[in-house]
This record gives sequence, structure tokens and C-alpha cells, in this order.
Amino acid sequence: MEDVLLSTVLVLLALGVLAAVLLYFVAQKFKVYEDPRISEVEELLPSANCGGCGYPGCKGFAEALVKAGDMKGFFCNVGGQPVMDSVAEKLGLVAEAKEPMVAVVRCAGSCENRPKTNTYEGVKKCTVAAALYAGETGCSFGCLGMGDCVDVCQFDALSMNPLTGLPEVDQDKCTACGKCVEACPKGIIELRKKGVKNRRVFVSCVNKAKGALAKKSCEVACIGCGLCAKACPFGAIEIKNNLAYIDYTKCKLCRKCVAVCPTGAIQAVNFPIIPKKETNENDVKAI
Amino acid sequence: MLKRFKKGGIHPHDNKITRAKAIEVMPLPKVAVISMAQHIGAPASPVVKRGDIVKVGQLIGQAKGFISANIHSSVSGTVKSVGDAVNSMGLLVPSVTITVDGDEWLETIDRSEEIVEKFDLSPKEIVSIVASTGIVGLGGATFPSNVKHSIPEGKTAKALVVNGVECEPYLTADHRLMLEHGREIVVAIKIICHAIGVEKAYIGIENNKLDAIESMTKASADTPIIEVVPLRVQYPQGSEKQLIEATMGAEVPSGALPIQVGAVVQNIGTMYAIYQAVQKHKPLFERVVTVTGKSVSEPKNLLTRVGSPVNDMIEYCGGVPEGTAKVIDGGPMMGRSMANLSGVINKGSSGILMMPETETPANDASSCIRCGKCVQVCPMGLEPYLLNVLADKRNFEECIEHSAMDCIECGSCSFTCPAHIRLLDNIRIAKREVGKILRNRK
Repeated sequence: MEDVLLSTVLVLLALGVLAAVLLYFVAQKFKVYEDPRISEVEELLPSANCGGCGYPGCKGFAEALVKAGDMKGFFCNVGGQPVMDSVAEKLGLVAEAKEPMVAVVRCAGSCENRPKTNTYEGVKKCTVAAALYAGETGCSFGCLGMGDCVDVCQFDALSMNPLTGLPEVDQDKCTACGKCVEACPKGIIELRKKGVKNRRVFVSCVNKAKGALAKKSCEVACIGCGLCAKACPFGAIEIKNNLAYIDYTKCKLCRKCVAVCPTGAIQAVNFPIIPKKETNENDVKAI
Repeated sequence: MLKRFKKGGIHPHDNKITRAKAIEVMPLPKVAVISMAQHIGAPASPVVKRGDIVKVGQLIGQAKGFISANIHSSVSGTVKSVGDAVNSMGLLVPSVTITVDGDEWLETIDRSEEIVEKFDLSPKEIVSIVASTGIVGLGGATFPSNVKHSIPEGKTAKALVVNGVECEPYLTADHRLMLEHGREIVVAIKIICHAIGVEKAYIGIENNKLDAIESMTKASADTPIIEVVPLRVQYPQGSEKQLIEATMGAEVPSGALPIQVGAVVQNIGTMYAIYQAVQKHKPLFERVVTVTGKSVSEPKNLLTRVGSPVNDMIEYCGGVPEGTAKVIDGGPMMGRSMANLSGVINKGSSGILMMPETETPANDASSCIRCGKCVQVCPMGLEPYLLNVLADKRNFEECIEHSAMDCIECGSCSFTCPAHIRLLDNIRIAKREVGKILRNRK
């Protein structure tokens, strides 16, 4: 009886040792060297794996970054500047300074501003509706309101406002990964500079139709009149295809354009509320 | 046993309410909005400007590129504006708007009723006439006909297949043309056979149109090259590939064009337009449109000028009946619900169908129960339930493997699905995305 026990233990022990030795040599032979910095960098990254940086997940980003040995063109939108700075510190490099960005929904066609002209009964997806026809309202450029952007957001930063039927961005949660920009078949969402104290001025319309047609379908459409471009002291506004666009790199947030816009298509957000009448008059005089 | 295509297909009720209604001429519109994008391919570029006086049949849009078509004025009057106009889908399309004043045709157009049988033209001349008169496939796809007639090098055409199937329920435009203009269609078949160099032409007609089979057989009695093929009713027999299989017995390979098996397919309406273009020098600016629906007070087949507002036509047929939920551009299977009734008739509009609420219930889709009905009815042998899921998960690479591009968008899968899943809607997205991927690969 004892013999059997002893021999079993010995045989298993010998097998174990043999396997260990074999595995050791095999491991040595097929060793893949991985830069230890890759996993260190990966640990610093936020592990959102959103792909917003253009690489497949955080590991891919870390690999590419360490391999490049230069931080030019590398930026994690989710972590933002603090994370990039700590990564730079770890690698002994200098992080590129980048303005924090945020997704902006460029359509203000709520139910009041843009009345419904028909009812859509197909699959409740913007991509499907956009492939079929113009949409439930007279505007063929604006938001379809079925929330493809909300579906793709991994950070819970987008939500549909049931009152307006438009998506709203939670600026604190938005990481500017760009998923919603890709998902929107109408190209309404844009990544723009978050701005000083989150203050932003943008044209909340993408309607390229001529003024009369645009205004007919939506109260707050950009009619491409060009008053804003004339009012802008910094040359930040360009009119193209009957549509104004404010270049956020040039915009100095003076809000002269907001005052002159006849339809109210230009929106200024997060500015302190000032008694309206006075500023308006001043702004008009300044032109 | 009558011929039909082999795989799949469905039997929607044909509801051909207007089959016995002779073609009527629709009164002229007050303002015609003529779109520059009435065909597949690049939109034509307008050659008139605001204030110009135009006559009926005058060229107003020049084809831009190989796959494109000329656009001619359908009315006479003054050009009101050149620019974007909202079409029946609510989208902006480049258009020429003309205020109608009288009805003055170009002198070159032969307006007599007399049938001109003789033609003395070379194949090249015929193709160039078809191109210059802006003829496109009137079955709905609006593919420029001259491109079909220009046989690519290394390929030879064996037969012309004329599509008189009209498998879409409700529509009767082609049916009426076969009854009323059979002889003209036969002349057109002779012309196109000469142009593409074939000695054989089939006219496929489903046997729910016995009078049309009879009429065409009689009209083509003295023309041995024409064979009228009665077909067993099965949707979508009017699809190009299915019709070739039913008439010629040849299967077009996946991803190939009909010319691969030596077939050139043309619709009845297109043939009639070709007759008018070649023998009467009349460009394509009017077509037969079926205005129909079960509750419509006076359903009609109307010979309508391109650019006439849909609203006018509906009014002419007794107005939109109460309880109408959808007004569809085309037939109930492949047509699309219109978003804007002040949109206009295009070359490809074969019908205006008004469907009451009771017939268009918006059932909510439930889960797929794996019954396999969609696989059974798919005439292309695809797996719609699978493509639907793949498209939903945006796995377009795998859609390529499952031949998403072979889908002919006939809608048989959505029609048959007991769970009311809108399979085709998702597959259409897959096709679009797959198309993008394939183009990028090149």
C-alpha cells in the first residue's frame, strides 16, 4: 500500500519537474520582449477602450505611443491633458498641449421651431430614415431625432430631450471621442473647442438650402444672410452654401454675431446672463 | 406548365384596379418643376437660365458623364428659376422650374397618331438617338438606356428581353401600353434588336394579364423574331435577373450584369418611349402613371408630363380619400412613401398609390423566431435574417461574405416576416456600407 503511494508521488513529482524544465527552456526560446513601458503607460490611461484616439483600445494606443517615442499626434481625449501629462512624465517626453473639445449638436429644430410634416413609421434609426427620405420635418438637413448618437455614446454623455426631440450633450461627461460624429448620418454633431469657462459660440444649423426655403422649414435656420460674417471683427465666420460656419480657432467669443443673427441660429452657451437690451444696442452700434 | 423564376418569390394580391381604364391625358400643370436628377448617375447640368422661353421637347439639362441622361422640357413657357427644389421625398434636388404658357411643341416632333413602321438607321445612330432623347429605364430603376445598348467589348448580346411583367401590385401602366400601343412596341423591339445585333426577342408577360398576352401575340404575329412568353404569376418576376431566368433559362452570376449571359432587358414603357424617340423624334418627357388605391374615387392611368405636381394628379382622380395613411411613389412592394405631396412626377414614377390606414398598420417588430420564411422567399437565395442582424451590429465585412450586394431590394422578406421585422430597411443600410467598403478596396 505504502509502495503505491510513494511511487505515485514520486512519478508525479518527476513529471512536474520535467515539465517545469521543459517549459522554462521553451519560454526562453520563444520569449517575446515587450517594452515594460507599454503596460506602464496603459495603466495610466483611462481604460475606456473607446477608440477615440484612432487606435484599437488603450493598449493599442500605448503600444503605438511607446514605439513612436514622440508624443506628437497622440492624444487621449478621455483622459485629457492631466493624463497625457502623466504619461509624458513617465516616458520623459513632453505632451502636446491640446485644447479640450466637446461634442456640439448643430441643430435647434425643436418641435416648435420645426413643425412635423409627416410621420415616420420605419425602423427607429437615423441611418435607416436618412437612407429613405428627408425626415419628419420640412428640413432635409436637420436632426432626425431617433438617437443613433445616444446609442453609440459609451460615456452616457448624450441624451434625447423629449421636449425638443433633439439630443443634448452633457459637457462634463463628454470626452470628445467622436463616436457620435461618425454615427450621425446628417453630420450635425461637431467636435468644437470646449472654450474658456465652457463658453462657446456656434451656428446651430446645418441647412444648406437657400434662405427662403430654410426659413420656411425651420424658424431658427441659418439663412446664409452673411450679417454675422460682416459683424465678426476677427474674420472667424465663413458663409458657404448658404450656411455660416464659425471657425472656433479664430472665434474670440465676443458674441457680436449672436446679436445680429436675424433668425437666432447662432447660439452662445454658458455665458453669464446680462440685461439683454443694452448689449444688443451696443453691439449693433459697434458694427 | 408555365415558366417562372425558380427560387423564392411571394404572391401578394395583385389589386389591379385600373386594368380596364384606358390611358387618359392628364391636363397640363400650371408650373412644372423638372428635376435634373431623374436617373441613376450624375445629375444633368441645366442649359437654360431664368427668363428663357422654352418649348415642349427642348433640351434643358445636358447629361454629365457616361451614366447620366439628357433632360427635356415637358411644357412650354418661361423658366421661372433654376436651382434646388424639394422633391416628393422632401430632399433638395437641382431642378428647372417652368411657368406653363400654352402647349407649343418643337416643330421636329411628329405629333400624328400614325404608326411609322420603317426605319433606316445604323445601330450607332439608334444608340445616339436613344442617348440624346434622354431615355432611361421606366420600370423604376431609371438606368440610362443607351448605356445598356452599348454592348461592352468582348461581350455579345444574344437576346432582347422585354419586361411586360409589371409584378408590382396595383400598377397597370405597362399593361395599358401593351393593350393600346402593342404595334408601336413591336416596332421598337425591331429597332433595338437591330441596334444591339440580336435575332431574338422575348416579351415576358405574367398570366394575370391574358388580354395583354393576346394583344402582344397579335401585334407580333408577322415578326418571327419576337416570342411572347406567358409567365406564371410570382413576385418579383419583373426584376431583371428573375425575368432573364424565367424567359431565357439563364442565371446571371452574382455581381455580374445581364450582358454576361447575353441579355439586354428593357421595360415596356421604355420600349414605347424608344419608339417615340426614334420614329417620332420625341424626347422622353411624359409617361403613363397609374393613380390608384382601394378608396380612391376615380383611379386612372394618366399620360402625364414629367414635372407635374403629385397633388394635381391626386386632385384629378378625386382627391386624397379620407383615412389615407400613406401616399406611395410607385407600387406597394418597392415604392416609397412620399413626404411631400407638392413634389413632382419623374421619369421613374410608375404610380401614385394611396393606402388607407387599415392596410398599413405599423406593427412593432418582435424578435426573430427563426422560422426561415425570409430565406424561403428570397429570390436571390440570401439569408435576410442573418444580414439583418449583421447590419444591425454594423458588421459589414461579414455582410460581404453573405452577398449583401446581391439583394435586389424586392422586399419579399419584409413582406413575409411574421415578426414584422423590417428586414429590407437594415439590408439596404448594409448594401450602402458594403458598397463604400468595396469602392475603397479598389
